[in-house]
Amino acid sequence: MVARSALGEEGAPFEMDIERGKIDEFARAVGATHARHFCEERAAVPATFLTTIFFWEKRVSGANPWHLVEMSEERGMHAEQEYLFHGPPPKAGDRLTCKSTITDMWDKQSRSGDTLTFVKMVTEFRDETGQLVAEAILTGVERQP
Amino acid sequence: MTPPPPRILGPLTRTDFVRYQGASGDMNPVHHDEGFAKAAGFPAPLAVGMLTAGALNAWATDWLGPENLRRTRIRWKRPVFPGDTLTLVGEISRRYEEKGETRVDLELSGRTQEDHIAVLGWMTFVCP
Repeated sequence: MVARSALGEEGAPFEMDIERGKIDEFARAVGATHARHFCEERAAVPATFLTTIFFWEKRVSGANPWHLVEMSEERGMHAEQEYLFHGPPPKAGDRLTCKSTITDMWDKQSRSGDTLTFVKMVTEFRDETGQLVAEAILTGVERQP
Repeated sequence: MTPPPPRILGPLTRTDFVRYQGASGDMNPVHHDEGFAKAAGFPAPLAVGMLTAGALNAWATDWLGPENLRRTRIRWKRPVFPGDTLTLVGEISRRYEEKGETRVDLELSGRTQEDHIAVLGWMTFVCP
């Protein structure tokens, strides 16, 4: 059962360094072959690369508020993922400051009559001047018979 | 702007899942631990959703350029397992002017060998 109290919860800010070696490894894992991922200077990230915040949020206690949602492991799933870029996507050498917030929760009836509870978490990515450069929007869903 | 041919992803292997998990940092055992996956009710470890999403997006960024991407949205429709092969493809659905730039919207899909939709995508690029 999703914890409604998690709505509005914010994670602690954390830093993410965009690294050339990680871009290379990630691009190979998803089969991205564009030369811009492999150039020596300022390599461009693959489209879904910001998912690697997994490595960075672990370094700061309380960085990821998602666990506060208490979504069931058996009945919950990753329904949608979105990335917005307010300009060209990040490049190797960038240092971003990231912050995640539980922004939305809503219910919907499924065709089979179950209640589907959707939860949205938005992670903001800001550059060294504080400008918002990207957003990651995760939507999870839990099915309740 | 003619789209490139569809990309064939697979037949997917457990090695593909593990390589992606190491690269992404998502170490959920349901994607590589046979016993854990079966206890969770799956016939085998299931593909990482973000792997199929990343591959679908890579088809498009290889074509239109990773630096031109402005938005991507992915929705998963059904689980994918080792041995499955996905056909990844997309097409331009709209071309328009925004913020002084020409942009294109794409609709993408990944279908299994049985022609079931496994993953859907929507992307926006600045025209290269």
